Amino acid sequence: MKKAASFYASLALSALVATGAVAETELTVYTAVEAEDLARYAETFNESYPDIKINWVRDSTGIITAKLLAERDNPQADLVWGLAATSLLLLKSEGMLEPYAPEGVEKLDAKFVDSGETPSWVGMDAWVASVCYNTVEAEKNGLTPPTSWQDLTDPMYEGHVIMPNPNSSGTGFLDVSSWLQLFGEEGGWEYMDALHNNIARYTHSGSKPCKLAAAGEIPIGISFAFRGAKSKAAGAPLEIIVPSEGVGWDMEASAIVAGTANLEAAQKVLDFSVTKAANEMYNSGYAVVAYPGVAKPVEYFPEGLLDAMIDNDFEYAANNRAAILKEWQSRYDGKSDPK
Amino acid sequence: MTLASSHTSELPPGKDIKGKLSRDDLMMRGGMIIIALYLVITLAFPLFSMLSKSFSTYRFELSQYEFQVSDEAGVFDGSVLTGAALNAQTEAYADSDLSTGADGRLGVTAFFPEFSFRSPVMYQIRNVAENGRFLVGSTLYDDTAWQTLDSNTFRRVQLRPTKSTGVDNFISYFSTPALFNSIKNSLWIAVLSTVVTVSLAFWFAYALNRSCMRFKGFFRLIAMAPILVPSLLPGIALVYLFGNQGMIKELLFGASIYGPIGIVIGSVFFTFPHAFIIISAALAISDARLYEAATSLRATPWRTFWTVTVPGVRYGLISAAFVVFNLVITDFGLPKVIGGQFNVLAVDIYKQVIGQQNFEMGAVVSVVLVVPAILAFAIDRMVQSKQVALLSARSVPYQPTPNAAADRGFLIYCSLVALFILGMLAVCQFAALVKFWPYDLSLSLNNYQFDKMDGGGWASYFNSIKLALLTAICGTSVVFFGAYLVEKSNGFGAGRAVFQMFAMLPMAIPGMVLGLAYIFFFNNPDNPLNAIYGTMTILVICTVTHFYTVSHLTAMTSLKQMDREFESVSASLKQPTLKLFARVTVPVSLPTVLDISIYLFVNAMTTVSAVVFLYSPKTTLASIAVLNMDDAGDIAPAAAMGMMIFYTNAAARIIHLIASRGILRRTQAWRTR
Repeated sequence: MKKAASFYASLALSALVATGAVAETELTVYTAVEAEDLARYAETFNESYPDIKINWVRDSTGIITAKLLAERDNPQADLVWGLAATSLLLLKSEGMLEPYAPEGVEKLDAKFVDSGETPSWVGMDAWVASVCYNTVEAEKNGLTPPTSWQDLTDPMYEGHVIMPNPNSSGTGFLDVSSWLQLFGEEGGWEYMDALHNNIARYTHSGSKPCKLAAAGEIPIGISFAFRGAKSKAAGAPLEIIVPSEGVGWDMEASAIVAGTANLEAAQKVLDFSVTKAANEMYNSGYAVVAYPGVAKPVEYFPEGLLDAMIDNDFEYAANNRAAILKEWQSRYDGKSDPK
Repeated sequence: MTLASSHTSELPPGKDIKGKLSRDDLMMRGGMIIIALYLVITLAFPLFSMLSKSFSTYRFELSQYEFQVSDEAGVFDGSVLTGAALNAQTEAYADSDLSTGADGRLGVTAFFPEFSFRSPVMYQIRNVAENGRFLVGSTLYDDTAWQTLDSNTFRRVQLRPTKSTGVDNFISYFSTPALFNSIKNSLWIAVLSTVVTVSLAFWFAYALNRSCMRFKGFFRLIAMAPILVPSLLPGIALVYLFGNQGMIKELLFGASIYGPIGIVIGSVFFTFPHAFIIISAALAISDARLYEAATSLRATPWRTFWTVTVPGVRYGLISAAFVVFNLVITDFGLPKVIGGQFNVLAVDIYKQVIGQQNFEMGAVVSVVLVVPAILAFAIDRMVQSKQVALLSARSVPYQPTPNAAADRGFLIYCSLVALFILGMLAVCQFAALVKFWPYDLSLSLNNYQFDKMDGGGWASYFNSIKLALLTAICGTSVVFFGAYLVEKSNGFGAGRAVFQMFAMLPMAIPGMVLGLAYIFFFNNPDNPLNAIYGTMTILVICTVTHFYTVSHLTAMTSLKQMDREFESVSASLKQPTLKLFARVTVPVSLPTVLDISIYLFVNAMTTVSAVVFLYSPKTTLASIAVLNMDDAGDIAPAAAMGMMIFYTNAAARIIHLIASRGILRRTQAWRTR
């Protein structure tokens, strides 16, 4: 009898051990963070939470957003870690996010946290618009470097500027929405009318203008600072210009997807994503992070970028997105056929 | 004759003779129904969901909202106004403003002309209908409770549209010049490319079939090379040749390669082999007696050419023209890479869906794109059905006679075309090996470090090979078996006709449209097949369906050559049809089976349009990686990956050739005595 009891006890114990081994929770995490950073993010996270396994689903901002929206009634993701705040606002307005205040969220810079009573998303880092300027090609074309957005409308730059199409690129949209905020609704469109005369063409992606500038395909590419710094580090003859009026920006943020079966584990990821350690991790690619005092300068990053960031109204950007894009398309996409 | 008729008139009409269905017949019909069902599920249903999506609209239903306004002291007097009533009063929004997309938002302050965000007036708003939704800032309210808001918060209220059905999307499409201009652009590009490609391919095929030029085998090989690369690769080559840092950009005299010029040159490159095959086949058959007659009638070569040669190949020319037209108008990769600001329909679909997440408008553009594609396809089928045998039993095959001057001319012409094709490929390979064009021209393998780029890295290359192999194996089995069942089963005419129609349909459906239709159909959570969404399975199914028609026609042609006596004999020997199929039909038709599988393999490696909507991060593909790397500005790695696809396809072709030879020697020995 006793023997049997101990047998059952050991059986129960081994079952316990077995369940302990498989207790590891797997999370499906949607992200738009650069592929090369993902492994590092997961590793750093697992140092603190070894029992949660992260399965990344990575794609560009537009595609991940489309995917999440398409899965509205049947969400596949447990959480989002690293997606544009404007996209997350879109998801929030569809009621797709589970509000949660991560432990220590109060330490973050307030503009990096959703303004809802319980925040629906928390920011990680910011990417900031900049102008990539190829000094070699500019000299060949006899151009002088622009210092402001207004400068770019100078007829001397005609056909020498490339920017992303806001209809397909998040970076393009943050440029357009920043101009509308900087110059006012009317002034913004007037500015873009003038700029349009100088644009050689609009690209589909936000990093391409800078890479094209780096390759000398065009002297001036409107893109974002991080991309410019990377190309510069790779040896391209680039100068990264921060226009004096101020620059638009968007942030990468994290949120829990409503309806997740692994709420507790997802909350742990969010708790981690606001820690100082996590912000130090974001800092390797982004000069601006949500946790004040963490950011160290990133190599080749332009100076004065932080001060140039405009007071971005994300709600305005998200709620007027459809209308702005429609207007942009009717103004520039229709008449942009080659003459 | 009279005897017979007089006899039948006397006899009472007998019962119709109807063969008893054997177990075999039933099995074959069952099999045919299964494969027909496959085509219905993978083609008809998705297309239907796409069509219904294009009619699914979003509208602000103002009557669904109720408002109350307080006085300055913040006291509500209890009078309730609906949004519709307010709009009628103020005429804030015209009816056309109320139809919108899924992402539409409508501010409400315009309903209150005296509104000021500084005023102490309070507002209340609520949904009346269950499906009503509105936002305050970005917080969603979809219940029917009243929300009390101060003026400053009230200006942040945005109404959300509700779903309905109608033709609003089409109206909005045709009233947006940016969108419907693409129709004109697409048609223009397709017509121009067709004229250029067909003319070039005609003379190339003419040289190979009707002259005594040297190196024919070599030229034939070169002409087929573009089929082995994705359609966006010539676009990348053109960037390196004619871009702002291009090697020979002076040749364009200042014109930009980004736009119609680039699309046409690239289209000529990738459609050339398709036109060449068709025209060459038409030119290969000719009756020397017609030429002898022309000579004896003292017709000039010029006249002979127009009265004998051209009429002889007219069906081939027309068919080639429509095939090229269809390829160009439905192609997505090339205009995406080199199109610049020149909008075409296929790219519009991508921009609507991926860029703006406007699936409804994507569906509308798809419907628009299907129209010219189906028309071109229908005309082509009609023309082909008129084709009559040119070669009768009494024909004498035409033998070209040497003509030094003409042969030299053709050699120069073919060399130029070959240079064009080889040059494009060489440029891509060179670009892939250069360290940092144009500033550092040293050679390196840096651009092959795909794992450091967007697009899925080396994994996407191996995914592509997996997809190509699976498509070749599954596709060939389904297609060949399906063709066999249609060709060799008895009776059941109506069923066979329907099957035949389904098998022809994929050819007319552009890849982009098919891919988008798959999203609508398979990504619906109510669909029991939802589980395959985002897997390799859906990519295989989509690719097989996309390339079904040509494979099916190839199989049918080969099966028609086999006498139905085989079936009769096996039936009389009481052998099951399946055994006959496995033991006789497949071995005899093995060359065709191999042809179909290499066709599917190569196309699965290069396809972009259909799968661009369907790949998931775990199933990224090499061809998509080319697209995405180019999109991100990593053009050299994109060229490198494109060339990897080329080498893989070339290797597959060589293996196919060797395998065919070996297998043919063993299985086709019966063909020789």
